[in-house]
Amino acid sequence: MTFALLDGDRQHSFEANVAAGRVRVDPAGVEAAIGWKLQPQGLCRGPVCIPVRDRAALVGDGGLDLEALAVLLDRPLALDVEERVAALGESANERAAALATLEAPDFTLPDLTGRLHSLSEHRGKKVLLIAYASW
Amino acid sequence: MPITVALDRAEDVRPFIERAAPTHPSLIDSEHRVAELYHISNVPTLIWIDEQGRVCRPHDAQFGTDTFTAYTGKQSGPYLDLLRAWVSDGSGALPADQVRRHQPAPSRATQLARAERALAWHLHQAGRGEAAARHFRRAGELAPLDWTIRRGSMPLLGENPFGPAFFELAKQGRTEYAMEAVTKTRTAARD
Repeated sequence: MTFALLDGDRQHSFEANVAAGRVRVDPAGVEAAIGWKLQPQGLCRGPVCIPVRDRAALVGDGGLDLEALAVLLDRPLALDVEERVAALGESANERAAALATLEAPDFTLPDLTGRLHSLSEHRGKKVLLIAYASW
Repeated sequence: MPITVALDRAEDVRPFIERAAPTHPSLIDSEHRVAELYHISNVPTLIWIDEQGRVCRPHDAQFGTDTFTAYTGKQSGPYLDLLRAWVSDGSGALPADQVRRHQPAPSRATQLARAERALAWHLHQAGRGEAAARHFRRAGELAPLDWTIRRGSMPLLGENPFGPAFFELAKQGRTEYAMEAVTKTRTAARD
């Protein structure tokens, strides 16, 4: 079956199978989507490898256990097995490290007309970022 | 240059933007991307970014008018003075170590809450209301003091964000930004 993974502003689809509430996703799909591939030395992306202490928890029935994968990547995972969709979030460490650089993260968002604007367009000016809401 | 980011559905914030007719970029962030990137947990949140794209005064909760002063105890005049001084001579910007010390800190719980909220939003947009509600509530359990999640999801759950559900939330409290105390002291000292 198809399983959707939300990853920031991207959405990936993989083949997956579900058994006993566990979601096992196709490794080729994972690699294509987020670049991580299971190698003998661990879970690797480019030059970076994460050691896999419990391979049996991660791999089975030709698939990678989605929750075990998220734990290895140290990323939070919100999962809805029935709806066949999950959202992968940013780890606290990564977010904290990014904030500590003090570089204001760039973003691109629409105005009411649908026209896109980026923070980076305004480099060279002082910017007052105001988050607000109707609620 | 003010950049306003509405943590809202376009349809909910449209009347406010149209009435205000802003000349600055007035953006819609229904997916709460900016809330995630900047670790924002309530509105209003004001962040000063300098000409080099660096945060020079982190998350503060201040107002540009006195509409809510009776409720918040915060006056707009002193904060607007602070802003004008920043624009005119850069004062009020903090050195890097102070910015870092006063930024809010993410935790495992807040990060999982944001992932649950993202999932809830996706499900809501896909018309999967019951599943969406489960994940909005789960997000709220994980980050009970994050009002972008708890109050922000009320319109999506058919609850009035100015009604009883909000009164209950207000009793539980909210995350306060470190800068709120700094600005209060600074603006009081100026008077």
